[in-house]
Amino acid sequence: MNVKDNKVAVFIAAGIGLVLLPLVAQYFGNAWVRIIDIALLYVLLALGLNIVVGYAGLLDLGYVAFYAVGAYMFGLLGSSQLTDTFQTFKDMFPNGLHTPWWIVIPLGALLAAGAGVLLGAPTLKLRGDYLAIVTLGFGEIVRVFMNNLDAPVNITNGPKGIASIDDMNIFGLDLGKTHSLFGFDIPKVTNYYFLFLFLVIFAVIICYRLERSRIGRAWMAIREDEVAAKAMGINTRNLKLLAFGMGATFGGISGAMFATFQGFISPESFSLQESTMIVAMVVLGGLGHLPGVIVGALLLSALPEVLRYVAGPLQQMTDGRLDASILRQLLIAVAMIGIMLARPRGLWPSPEHGKDITPDSLPVDPHAHLTPAEQIPPTVTSIVPTVK
Amino acid sequence: METFIQQIINGLVLGSVYALVALGYTMVYGIINLINFAHGDVLMVGALTSWTVVVAMAGLGLPGWLLLLISLVAAIVVCSILNFAIEKIAYRPLRNAPRLAPLITAIGMSLLLQTLAMIIWKPNYKSYPILLPSEPFHIGGAVINTVQIMILVTTAITLAGLMYLVNRTKLGRAMRATAENPRVAGLMGVRPDTVISATFVIGAALAALAGVMYAANYGSVQHTMGFLPGLKAFTAAVFGGIGNLAGAMVGGVLLGLIESLGAGYIGMLTGGVLGSHYQDIFAFIVLILVLTLRPQGLLGERVADRA
Repeated sequence: MNVKDNKVAVFIAAGIGLVLLPLVAQYFGNAWVRIIDIALLYVLLALGLNIVVGYAGLLDLGYVAFYAVGAYMFGLLGSSQLTDTFQTFKDMFPNGLHTPWWIVIPLGALLAAGAGVLLGAPTLKLRGDYLAIVTLGFGEIVRVFMNNLDAPVNITNGPKGIASIDDMNIFGLDLGKTHSLFGFDIPKVTNYYFLFLFLVIFAVIICYRLERSRIGRAWMAIREDEVAAKAMGINTRNLKLLAFGMGATFGGISGAMFATFQGFISPESFSLQESTMIVAMVVLGGLGHLPGVIVGALLLSALPEVLRYVAGPLQQMTDGRLDASILRQLLIAVAMIGIMLARPRGLWPSPEHGKDITPDSLPVDPHAHLTPAEQIPPTVTSIVPTVK
Repeated sequence: METFIQQIINGLVLGSVYALVALGYTMVYGIINLINFAHGDVLMVGALTSWTVVVAMAGLGLPGWLLLLISLVAAIVVCSILNFAIEKIAYRPLRNAPRLAPLITAIGMSLLLQTLAMIIWKPNYKSYPILLPSEPFHIGGAVINTVQIMILVTTAITLAGLMYLVNRTKLGRAMRATAENPRVAGLMGVRPDTVISATFVIGAALAALAGVMYAANYGSVQHTMGFLPGLKAFTAAVFGGIGNLAGAMVGGVLLGLIESLGAGYIGMLTGGVLGSHYQDIFAFIVLILVLTLRPQGLLGERVADRA
């Protein structure tokens, strides 16, 4: 069996494993499938942020704003929120606004991308740290607006959030209902698992192709040295905007998915902590390296959830001071510091080109087989006075 | 008119707190180019330490100002040690690592401090006792109380002292030299590590002071209280020109004024459509405007792009 066959076999095995995973997890309870679903959403978010931070080297601390834009887009257009508020809408759509996903998702992606470009345009000529703080501020502005746009006109329903958002309905297949296939019951969480899995694979392919494209190489050139990249004829402004917009698109789509999966959104889900968590996933896993980013996202999103099930006794032992959510925060904080100290370039960083030459692999001395008399004398580097 | 004077007073008080915290950010950024995300949480630890001391010593019958002073000293000591340790553990090993690595440990530190504070002090809001006489003074229809006067005076003295420290003393010269170029400063006989530690300690002391004042003024403490002042103070530092001490002070005070005037007048200007709960977004709108129109900040010098 040659290497290529081996690779194909690994791919097939991984594929079968990924298809069977939710069916096995389902056996232990739908909560486990749910954890996997959320983890996949985070993978999608981390892949999007990786384009901005990992490839183009632009630190975005308000990424969750784009996530929120997508989520609210789906929430507003796929629930009764707008028809409850505006009588004219109510007259136009007496049954509530149930816009199909193939309109909402592109709209959400477009809006998020537009927000990304709008935010990026004035700030991208600045130094990296300023960009970080402006994006952070933008994230907060979006959250404050979501929180307060319930008065005087109720658009976002404020801190109470938007409830009963539609499920996805893909050409007649309602993902919100349990379907039965070959005698297997496939509940909602598993339906969404396959949807998210498809999106993640699609995103990985896009990122993989981008990384190797002219655009991807230009991004990395900008990341390494912007002045040099400019000198090589790269249009740095447009490419940075493109990275920003592309990352925002991923965020918008994940947000829409989150809205329909949860069926409920509120500003609480889009706090700054969420943004920093996504940045942490990307950096922890390995900036700009796809497998690393995926590992980082899975680790930070799924591991603490698993922990939730073992934390019960701990809470009793410590008189309620340490409950699952506190323990989870503690673990994430310690992991962030510890992993960065031990591996500053991330858990699984991209291989560094040209740095793997160790002294052992240097060519051996070509004259070693000659007797000392035949060898060319070494060049004189210093003269030591000999004392007689 | 009364509203105007009142909002100016509120803005100055708020701006003083921002200025003190912003100085900590700007000094650290000036020297090691790191956004110290945990700085706002140092403020929180200062406030909570002070609260613990005040509550523990409440039965001794000491006068309020003495109690406040003792708790302030305790907060400064705890925060200085804490920030010194944070720098040693989380930032120093990563000084030559990729640029984002120390930023992630800083975010992790912030999360860690908040979590530990939640475990130690429990997550509920705690009311901070009133220690100074609270009868207000009247100035042209506006009111100001003793705590606010104390905040303004203390901040002015502290800022003057810090300016003296940085511009006139040997340590200050070493700090400026290290900020300029750590390696060359090292060749001139400055120990960069000592200077960096000193910077973190001074920053922590300022944050502790700000934390105690913040708690005394607003009357409540909690483990997440450091987040917003920290964020605003960083904005103030960028506003004034990051790495520039005078800039951080001016930026802090201006930001406080903009926020409180904005919150006071937004309802009137928009006919009640937008209320004062939009206060938090003024800071960021100002920030985005400043960065677009004057990227180096108000008092900053033009810096070469080191991206």
